[in-house]
Amino acid sequence: MSSGALSLAEVTKRYPGAERPAVDGVSLQVRSGELLALVGASGSGKTTTLRLAAGYEQPDSGDVILAAADGSARTITGVPPERRGFGMVFQHYALFPHMTVEENVAFGLEARGVRKRERLERARQALASVGLEGKGGRSVQALSGGEQQRVALARALVIEPPVLLLDEPLSNLDPTLRQATRDELRTMLRRSGVTALFVTHDQEDAFAVADRVAMLRFGRLLQVGTPEELYHEPASRHVAEFIGRASLIPAEWRGEAQARIVAGGVAQEAPVFVAERGHPDARGGWLAVLRPEALAVTSPDAAGAWRGEVASRRFTGGGHYELTVRLEGGMALDVLSTAGDVREGSRVGVSLRPGVRPVPLVLA
Amino acid sequence: MRTRRLLWVSVPVLLLLIWSVVYPSVNVITASFASGLDDWRTFLTNPSDRDATWATIVVSVWSVITAMLIGVPLAFALTRVEFRGRRLLSAVAVLPAALPPLVGVIAFLFLYGESGVFTRTVQHVFGLAEPPWTLTGLPAVIFVHAYTMYVYVYLFVAAGLERYDQSLDEAAAGLGATRRMTLRRVTLPMLTPALAGAALLVFMSALGSFSAPYVFGGGRRVLATQILASKLNGAEGLAYVETTVLAVTAVLALVLFRWLEGRRRYTSAGKGRAPRVAIRSPFWRRAAPVLAVGLVLTLVLPHLMVALVAFARDGTWTTQILPPEYTVDNFRRLATDPQLWRPITNSVSMSLAATAANVVICFLAAYLIVLTRAPGRRLMQLLVVLPWAIPATAIALGLAATFNRNDPATGRVLLVGTFWILPLAYFVRNVPVVAGAVESSLRQMDPSTEDAARGLGASWWLTIRRVVLPAARPGLIAGAMLAAVAAVGEFVMSIVLSTHANRPISMEILSQLRDFSFGTAAAYSLLLILLVLIITASARWAEGRWMSQ
Repeated sequence: MSSGALSLAEVTKRYPGAERPAVDGVSLQVRSGELLALVGASGSGKTTTLRLAAGYEQPDSGDVILAAADGSARTITGVPPERRGFGMVFQHYALFPHMTVEENVAFGLEARGVRKRERLERARQALASVGLEGKGGRSVQALSGGEQQRVALARALVIEPPVLLLDEPLSNLDPTLRQATRDELRTMLRRSGVTALFVTHDQEDAFAVADRVAMLRFGRLLQVGTPEELYHEPASRHVAEFIGRASLIPAEWRGEAQARIVAGGVAQEAPVFVAERGHPDARGGWLAVLRPEALAVTSPDAAGAWRGEVASRRFTGGGHYELTVRLEGGMALDVLSTAGDVREGSRVGVSLRPGVRPVPLVLA
Repeated sequence: MRTRRLLWVSVPVLLLLIWSVVYPSVNVITASFASGLDDWRTFLTNPSDRDATWATIVVSVWSVITAMLIGVPLAFALTRVEFRGRRLLSAVAVLPAALPPLVGVIAFLFLYGESGVFTRTVQHVFGLAEPPWTLTGLPAVIFVHAYTMYVYVYLFVAAGLERYDQSLDEAAAGLGATRRMTLRRVTLPMLTPALAGAALLVFMSALGSFSAPYVFGGGRRVLATQILASKLNGAEGLAYVETTVLAVTAVLALVLFRWLEGRRRYTSAGKGRAPRVAIRSPFWRRAAPVLAVGLVLTLVLPHLMVALVAFARDGTWTTQILPPEYTVDNFRRLATDPQLWRPITNSVSMSLAATAANVVICFLAAYLIVLTRAPGRRLMQLLVVLPWAIPATAIALGLAATFNRNDPATGRVLLVGTFWILPLAYFVRNVPVVAGAVESSLRQMDPSTEDAARGLGASWWLTIRRVVLPAARPGLIAGAMLAAVAAVGEFVMSIVLSTHANRPISMEILSQLRDFSFGTAAAYSLLLILLVLIITASARWAEGRWMSQ
């Protein structure tokens, strides 16, 4: 499969009558063979970005550029979707209800004038590659949700697209199926070697499938990076809040390697990572992004610990409990704990776990 | 870029609709002012016009009331109650709608008219010197309307009850409401959209109804028949005024009902229809099957009557209860006499031509409306429902006023007096039903399938052929069926526009009735019923073939 690289350059799209652009100056590159996830809350512009990439929408400004495997790049901004040759997997799959599984998969080849015998053969191969051997003659409506998703994937891959676009490919599946399917999806995409851009509102899906994740908010790109980068080195408060669980606690920082994190009048020192270093507007102060696993429960009288009361306690399996601790002074912290003897209402102390990664600091 | 390509489709469709739908109506309005305000003054002062206007409103309102009184209880009984005879009754409940308008009217004449079978039976049984009633005047018209139009109410309410979330009634009962209170406060309010939709349909049909008032009106005229009378009397200007008044009334009614309907619209996500309950009262348990059989007979009788009279020898049925002599001559003559055969080929070919045009144009219009952002699609949406709001007489008069001379500069072509004026009229009349059916099919289609086809590299044409057309097919089949049925038995526009060249079956039935050739008229009617059955069966077959594919 000849996988291409797809770039969006300063792409902006405003719908008539909308207050602000749906996509606002987004620049993004999906490298050849890479799986890139677009995440964000609903209304963040991720689906519009995908539709701009696919050609179903035209940007008001900016360009869409496709670089072929041989390195030659061309602008495809005005090219309609039927001539882009991209594969697309739709949120509700958009399978043709009046065609069989095989006819669905063969349709893109029919559009390319491939002879019937060959296109059925290739459709069968594509179905086999997604684990649906022998189901070609079925009606698509007789398939389960997971099977439909794989038919949609086979239909998109059989045309050997330079780029594959997926719009919320997992959102239609029930939670148990979803976990298994996302691992399969990654395996199938990896095996085909296709360059893929996929949209999801679920950060766990993004982490499980993608090599890199791009986060959008109000049409703007906030950060692109590996899942680890987004989690441990968030570029801003919005990224820190959207990705993973975190408690945001005020911190005092003056440019050193350490910061003082202050809650309920008690300060703890920690090494920090600051993405917005040198940001012109730091008047609102800084917030430390405390992940539950970076915190530990101690006795309430431990020196330097934040003191509070356990407001809630959830068993998460594997001997772990997720506690919400309400500190003196009103702030709440989520803490991952192994202590089984802590009950709701217990008085505890909370400290930074020693030896963890630098704590991310973001602008308030 | 894509939009520009769509213009090649949307502009011709728009122009065609404006030319055939809007332009004739504008011509009617303009023509009503041809002699200044004179014709309007005549209309306002003429007692017969005032009477016709009043009669139109009375007939329409009472048609709605009577159709509701029959249709609503019937829908409740057939969807919610289990009794012996229910299946049979629900199978024939929609039968009156299958009668072409003029055929229904003559069936009533044969049955309940002064010399009808039922009337004479009653007269005979009670030994009366005079017939017990005369089927004439506005009550007769309303009676015929109630019989044919309750079907709309029944279908709408039954569909509403099929979708009705039973847990609402259960919740009301759980809160202590009696069955009567539940019906009044919960069930009926939830059915308001269905009731309003049905009331609108009955009102509009009654407003434009022509055949029942024409045959049973006696001395009373409604606007639809008054228009024809004025036109035949040479008072063309007055006819245009009457047409304008009728059309404006219809449009106002449409707006009013839509407003009422829009005020109450609920969605409920329920588990669907409640199971039918058995009747508890012993009296009603016994009475229900008897009632059901009686109703079934009442509904089937008109059809049976037409079939019976079709075999009666012309001129022999005078004072007897039933026709005394039977023969197949009526049919033999239809098949052998070219003069009598002609109307049949005329009706079939005109219906086919009009339906073919409906299928092509309405598919394109529905496609543009539902699936594209083509410029002018909102206007198109209005244009495709407009002929529904305009009574058939008004459409016919508009076409007569427009296509009566060749004048390319003003877009006029001489069609009046030619074969093609009636197919055009049928086409215009059936645009709303075909476009509506296709639209609803396309709305059920997942729009992303069209995107998916294009994304897979399909050209516009391949996408239309392999994705959009299959999605539209159920609507196309249903719409084409309704259009063909309506066109093959059409009477109202035919009486205004038909000529020797395109005389349809309905006109032939009328002239046979005028000659008192009841047998021949009934034979034509039976043939028409047969044609309707053939059309319906082919639509079923096409649909079934499609489903099994």
